[in-house]
Amino acid sequence: MKAPDFDYLRPANLADAIALLVQHDGDAMPLAGGQSLMPMMNFRVAAPGALVDLVDVAELRGVTVEDATLRIGAMTRYVDLMNDNDVCKAAPLIGMALPHVAHDAIRNRGTLGGSLALADAAAEMPAVMLVLDAAFEIAGPGGTRIIKADKFFLGHYETALAEDELITAIHIPVATPDHSFGFHELTQRHGDYALAGVAVSRTNSTYRCAFFGVADRALRVAELEAALSDGSDIADALHHLSAIDFADDTKANAATRQRLAGVALTRAIEGMQT
Amino acid sequence: MSRTIDITLTVNGESVAATVPSRINLVDFLRNTLQLTGSHVGCEHGVCGACTLTVNGETVRGCLMLAVQADGADVQTVEGLADSGRSAALQAAFTRRNALQCGFCTPGMLASAIGYIDAGGAPDRKAIREHISGNYCRCTGYQSIVDAICDLIEEARA
Amino acid sequence: MTGPATIFDKPNRYIGQPSPRADASRLLQGRGQFVDDIVLPRMLHAAFVRSPHAHATILSIDVEDARAMPGVIAIYTGADLAEHVTPYVGVLTHLTGLRSAPQYPLAIDVARWQGEPIVIVIAASRALAEDAAELVLVDFEELPAIVDTEMALDADTPVIHSEFDSNLAWERDVVAGDIDAAFADPDVQVVERKFVFGRHTGVTLETRGTVCNYDPAEDQLTVHYSGQAPHMMQFIFAKHLDLSEENVRVISNDVGGSFGIKIHTYGDEIATAVAAKLLKRPVKFIADRFESFVTDIHARDHIVEARMGVKKDGTIVGIDFDDLTGIGPFSMYPRTSAIECNQVLNLTGAPYALENYRAKGRVVFQNKTLMCQYRAVGHPIAMAICDGLVEDAARAIGMDPVGMRLRNLMSDDSYPRASATGMKLDDLSHHKALNKLTDIMNYEGLRADQATNRKNGIYRGIGFVSMIEVTNPSPMFYGIGGAPIASQDGATVRLDASGALHVSSSITEQGQGTNAILAQIAAGVFGVNLDRVKVTTGDTATTPYGGGTWASRGAGIGGEAMLQAAQALKDQVLDVAAVMLQSSVDKLDIQNGAITDLDGTLRLPLADLARTVYYRGNELPSDLNPELIATRHYRVTDFPFVFTNGAMAAHVEVDTATGFVKVLHFWAVEDCGRVINPMLVDEQIRGGVVQGIGGALYEECHYSPEGQMLNATMADYMVPMAAEMPDITIAHIETPTKTSVLGAKGAGEAGTGGAPAAILNAVNDALSPMGASIWQMPMTPERILNALDQS
Repeated sequence: MKAPDFDYLRPANLADAIALLVQHDGDAMPLAGGQSLMPMMNFRVAAPGALVDLVDVAELRGVTVEDATLRIGAMTRYVDLMNDNDVCKAAPLIGMALPHVAHDAIRNRGTLGGSLALADAAAEMPAVMLVLDAAFEIAGPGGTRIIKADKFFLGHYETALAEDELITAIHIPVATPDHSFGFHELTQRHGDYALAGVAVSRTNSTYRCAFFGVADRALRVAELEAALSDGSDIADALHHLSAIDFADDTKANAATRQRLAGVALTRAIEGMQT
Repeated sequence: MSRTIDITLTVNGESVAATVPSRINLVDFLRNTLQLTGSHVGCEHGVCGACTLTVNGETVRGCLMLAVQADGADVQTVEGLADSGRSAALQAAFTRRNALQCGFCTPGMLASAIGYIDAGGAPDRKAIREHISGNYCRCTGYQSIVDAICDLIEEARA
Repeated sequence: MTGPATIFDKPNRYIGQPSPRADASRLLQGRGQFVDDIVLPRMLHAAFVRSPHAHATILSIDVEDARAMPGVIAIYTGADLAEHVTPYVGVLTHLTGLRSAPQYPLAIDVARWQGEPIVIVIAASRALAEDAAELVLVDFEELPAIVDTEMALDADTPVIHSEFDSNLAWERDVVAGDIDAAFADPDVQVVERKFVFGRHTGVTLETRGTVCNYDPAEDQLTVHYSGQAPHMMQFIFAKHLDLSEENVRVISNDVGGSFGIKIHTYGDEIATAVAAKLLKRPVKFIADRFESFVTDIHARDHIVEARMGVKKDGTIVGIDFDDLTGIGPFSMYPRTSAIECNQVLNLTGAPYALENYRAKGRVVFQNKTLMCQYRAVGHPIAMAICDGLVEDAARAIGMDPVGMRLRNLMSDDSYPRASATGMKLDDLSHHKALNKLTDIMNYEGLRADQATNRKNGIYRGIGFVSMIEVTNPSPMFYGIGGAPIASQDGATVRLDASGALHVSSSITEQGQGTNAILAQIAAGVFGVNLDRVKVTTGDTATTPYGGGTWASRGAGIGGEAMLQAAQALKDQVLDVAAVMLQSSVDKLDIQNGAITDLDGTLRLPLADLARTVYYRGNELPSDLNPELIATRHYRVTDFPFVFTNGAMAAHVEVDTATGFVKVLHFWAVEDCGRVINPMLVDEQIRGGVVQGIGGALYEECHYSPEGQMLNATMADYMVPMAAEMPDITIAHIETPTKTSVLGAKGAGEAGTGGAPAAILNAVNDALSPMGASIWQMPMTPERILNALDQS
């Protein structure tokens, strides 16, 4: 399983990176951590004519807190997030999710931006971003724009990014004492893709829950959140899970996934500080 | 624009200059270009952990990193760990506990173990099991590996 | 002179000791030599175009664009190679009625499983070969794919091989006593279950691979092999490539796990050898992980309808079952795809004293990956059927499962005897093993813990298995059926001028410690220090002729040959020493590398003796003919197989909300006869248990209705990883086999053979308060939830 050949490009800045993507007209892919892209290329399911390595693009790095917003550069690695005090304090949910993301060798290379741009339905970070009401800074040939997480994840490996756009940074509202967070992931083996997982926040009594590993993308269910926020029993609120089009695969069918999603949510909420 | 790239890196303390195809991954580069065959390839999709080695002091999957991405990096393989003496105590512990059988997972397992030990990991069996849970071993069933790592940490703390 | 029978009169210096392996250090230093580490001058690389379809006619193959790609040296189709290699058929005469069709290394005209190789591309690098392979155009016409085992024999199911009247490869019936009469007895309660065992595979961390090199000047083919049976492969390469056997050299060095996977005939490896012969250059082929999943043999795909009859007092009166197993489109060559079913028929119930037995086995062709022997062949199914029903019956009549076993297991003093299935048994210790097991696991304490936890809605379960395991097989396994598979093995021991011992053996090393135990036996019997023993295995040019390592035969057969060779050399050396020292052999010994008096007093270092013999023969009487090398071979003659026995237990916790199973702990009491190195045996058992847990909880090859394997990646096919695996406590009983001086039986497979049954029973024990049970493996969360739903 050797990757097909490609041109390796290493732009020094964001403008050059975007220009290369434009120039290759869909035949270039950005290379962030490579932890998802390299397997695809080794399997030859991805065969771009060029890889644009973002490692030298300084505009994609850095973690800052300003105006009650945590700003994480897209090329920030998972390991950096785990070790960053600002991140731990401003977005504790990220710290709760990260130990479940694969294994340390993957976390030493994989990046937040890369995970979000790929939008694997079983990945943790998209769900975390939905719960944190994150916004993504996007750069493209036409300039920059902001897309809210709620509008970003569209389907199976499908996002609102255009072919020649890059996520440059992730903006997350800094958590306040009103926030509490929960996270639960059901996997048969540590580090596996989730059979069902959920990230939860509760602000005063308002719930946000995002599920991952259960459908074609990370997603929230408005009716479920409303029911929980109104004080419904979790068991009653779970009926709203049927709004999700649950996935079927060799590990679990849709009915099982729905059931497991309910268990994950129940346990996530039980695990939250009151 | 290039399908071959010049890189310079340090491998096991030695400076290496090479012209590599852009597509060659790090573990294939080490094995085939530098003939450091101690690192192994098990799946080429980052799951089995056989190719785990150390780059800039951190464990990585050698199959998920391009050689060109290692330009300027400090790479350590199982051979370097042995020749420098860095893995000597771990080797002794693994030998005492028979924490290897076929030896194919061993280089990756050693890299992961050293990562745990260097980070100050506790002699906690559950934590050790979680830490090595990205390294597939078909032969040992893992217990002897956990024993060996635990032994070493306990000895060092004593 | 110390005769062989007195070797174990006193504790042996090395035999029985947990000596660390000498091989460990180079593997730990990254100095292993696996097949992919080999680089030969002018070596080329192979990649394959494989069938994407489970069943399809190959209408045409166009290689022109591929040939033009950079670095491509040659491209061969099945038709190209057919001029240079003969097909093979995986049948053996002692499996009466087994049929299979001729199989070519590359498919010709028809592809019969997804992954079957069709075209071999040889290029300057693997990457370039893959680039070219992408441009090979194969025009297929899909045919119906036979993928449902239960429908394979239906009248309207298409037959895969038109020369046969059905998809039946083999069937066999075993009958003992009168099962219908036994079950009709009003005192007898019959429990009945349908067991489904999921097809799964070995997933060796080092994939299959080979480097084949052909020297036309000597008509010599050298195959660098990652596998278990070099002499068998020597025969196969010679026969099918039309070479003299003596001109085929097969060398196995370090093997990154095999477990039976690498003991079969793979078309891609044969094709690589043919390509090397045609190109007169070394060719390397290393399977990638996807290729491994779709071509490494699969195993354990069984659907079994089984019944057990028990009296109210717990006596088992009989077992009756129908085993249907789906293989691939061919029976694997040369060991056949019928052996696994045959083992199920032969071994089910064999630990127990039962008189009535009826078993039907049917093996059916499918358009899936070929199937054949994988660690513990058939035992996981046989033990799960019987011991699953034992505990089911125990629950039905309200009897403790340990008590039920003690009532029915063959008593330890009742040997030799035969099982109902006709297996000749001796030197077993089922009762001793089970009693030791309940002791070391604190059975009563676990039951109390279970009761307490149940009150809190936590469902823990304890499950057992009492098992036997086939080891040390005689020619009855393969040789009598016409297989080129040796059932005897040889060892050569040579004293070198420096006083070191060079030993070689026809058994092979895959990490279990073959080289280590050979060294321990040689050193322990002959009398040198362990670190003075150098071991050669795996090379047909430099080792005695023999069978290799499989069916847990290495220690028992190869070890015995080494013992006898070491003893013979010792006798020969003492003959020389007696002359040199003007003493007599009954007053001398060899200890710590020197000729000594019986009390250990140093008389003459071995190096001095050896150098005199080798360099200064003039100092010796002319009628003395010193021979400092000895070779002995050994085979098992008294029994078709030498069985071991074990008792194992699993302690699990089932999360009834999710169906997840946590294995809290596992215990194994194993009687494998004399233990040569307890540390190595323990680790074999541990590894085997975890492999068995894989089959019980995680591993299954999933197929689409079109015969596509759906989970052929390491992320989708789940193997046990460290975080979920339990610690495993092991205890030994040693009932030496009387079939050899060494008295060692095999130990490599027992863990895998028994663990699935124990886990099945533990899960069902956990589920029993809910009236739920599960009879399908792997016991996935979904299946456990379904079982709970149905209760």
